[in-house]
Amino acid sequence: MTTATARVAGTGHSATKPSKNARSRERALAWARRAPLLPALIFLIIVTQLPFVVTLIISFLNWNSLRPDQTGFAGFENYIEVLTNADLRQAIFTTIILTVSVVLASLVIGLGLALLLDKKFIGRGLARTLLIAPFLVVPVAAALIWKHALLNPTYGLINGILTWIWWLFGSNTPPQPDLLSQAPLMAVIVSLVWQWTPFMMLILLAGLQSRPMDTVEAAQMDGATPWAIFRHLTLPHLRQYLELGGLLGAIYIVQNFDAVFTLTSGGLGTANLPYAIYQTFYFANEYGLASAAGVVVVIGTLIVATFALRTVFSLFKKEAAR
Amino acid sequence: MSTLTPAAPHSTPPGPTALNTGTRRRGKSRMDPTRNNTAAGIAAWLLALLFATPVLWMILTSFHSETDAATNPPSVAANLTLDAYKEFFGASSGVSPWPPLINSATASILSTVLVLVLAIPAAYALSIRPVKKWTDVMFFFLSTKMMPVVAAILPLYLFAKTTGALDNIWFLVLMYTSMNLPIAVWMMRSFLAEVPEEMLEAAQIDGAGLLLTLRKIVAPVAMPGIAATALICFIFSWNELLLARVLTGVMAGTAPVFLTGFVSSQGLFLAKVCAAAVVISLPVLFAGFAAQDKLVQGLSLGAVK
Repeated sequence: MTTATARVAGTGHSATKPSKNARSRERALAWARRAPLLPALIFLIIVTQLPFVVTLIISFLNWNSLRPDQTGFAGFENYIEVLTNADLRQAIFTTIILTVSVVLASLVIGLGLALLLDKKFIGRGLARTLLIAPFLVVPVAAALIWKHALLNPTYGLINGILTWIWWLFGSNTPPQPDLLSQAPLMAVIVSLVWQWTPFMMLILLAGLQSRPMDTVEAAQMDGATPWAIFRHLTLPHLRQYLELGGLLGAIYIVQNFDAVFTLTSGGLGTANLPYAIYQTFYFANEYGLASAAGVVVVIGTLIVATFALRTVFSLFKKEAAR
Repeated sequence: MSTLTPAAPHSTPPGPTALNTGTRRRGKSRMDPTRNNTAAGIAAWLLALLFATPVLWMILTSFHSETDAATNPPSVAANLTLDAYKEFFGASSGVSPWPPLINSATASILSTVLVLVLAIPAAYALSIRPVKKWTDVMFFFLSTKMMPVVAAILPLYLFAKTTGALDNIWFLVLMYTSMNLPIAVWMMRSFLAEVPEEMLEAAQIDGAGLLLTLRKIVAPVAMPGIAATALICFIFSWNELLLARVLTGVMAGTAPVFLTGFVSSQGLFLAKVCAAAVVISLPVLFAGFAAQDKLVQGLSLGAVK
């Protein structure tokens, strides 16, 4: 594919020689510029856009692979089902709660960590490495560790630490909560915040370190308090980094499947839309319904994305203008 | 004609985050009382240890015996053993983890190669010799990333099922390529934008073609960026679960899929699970730390340097 691209581009270059037809030359040049782009573009359209069109079509069908004889046009039936079915409505709700809380919490904690790491102290490099580690554990492995090594009610580390603390105060009856069953959604959220905070921290730290320091120093000279400097200089500067981190985090967390699948198997109200859709088509074989739910996710994402993209665009334009 | 060609050098302090200790840091420590930094250092270290605890606990437990792993309170100082790793590699069950590990490596490495082959020329056409409306193209790439996998997975599954591509590692390679391509294009664009324009003009004057320019001018400058992009794509592919779970089975199952089926309901298994988690996370840890310098720029799709 690449050699073909190169050849097309090559002809484009040779077209720069004087030619009688200037317009066709211009066109050839334009295509020579486009040529390197086309393989990626075409590949992506075939593999992502085409399937979505098929999803769109299936979403209007009454199609359960276990009852192939009843397949037919369903109109908006599947969409009505998505919005009225208690489980799927719950999944929409769970997705929103999960995404918003994970993004906000990891942004706030990530900001705190970035502010600390922006200062100079002994072993900063190692501390930074330790803080990145959660992001570099395979998500499924991380979820398994949270489920079995940390949250297990009998031998998990959290209850183990509770035992230690109560022993320290001479008590032999430490509380041993089963956090995964008592607060399943919270457990999923906490494990995801743990994984995504390093990501936010890295982006915000880069933002902090690109601050123009002369204004900060000038403010310090003028006797501005650290809080005033943070509030009026650092935070406005970090705004676009916060937005970027939020957007990218949201893209990934809306689609999260691993944590929900591994920690709770979607039980106890933790099933988000990706998990619910997976179940609807993979186990219930409700192809039409699953597709309609998929389309609903895309519409939801599009609504959020149009707002979010605007902020990325401003950052991007600034960068491109340089 | 080339008004859109992004000027290369960044005006903000470049370079990776923590290594960015230039003059201004010296200037800053002069302003900040040392006492303040000590407090920040202690707080940062405590939080770093808190965040690393699950990882460190996972590693420690993987070297414990099953009985020591499942105690309350935790047995921190228990004897270390490699039993859990032996178990993970099938000492008593006879189930080898190598096929899924090899599948994961195949899918991740091949898709990463394919991504680079497609993304580098595309990024070239978006930064060095940009097409008209190149920003629109960039946002088209990003928008495909915003479409959740679940919105396309059913047709892909049905297609694979009817064509016999189900449980075929090559189909997974294509899926991972499409999953990472938009990110890679964005990353590569920002790395290629750092290639000095004068060098490109000189190459053009010398009549160098696209392939030669890419190889001789662009690649050397953009190499660290290409490496970082490759490592990040590798990580995302290695980590992926949903597509692998739906599209593979016994033959082409990847390491994450293997891991989800690893927990037995019988007996003690915690040390074994920790060992498995460590082994499967090792490539990601290596790749992540290898890409550390460019990790932020890569993960932020080139928006942050």
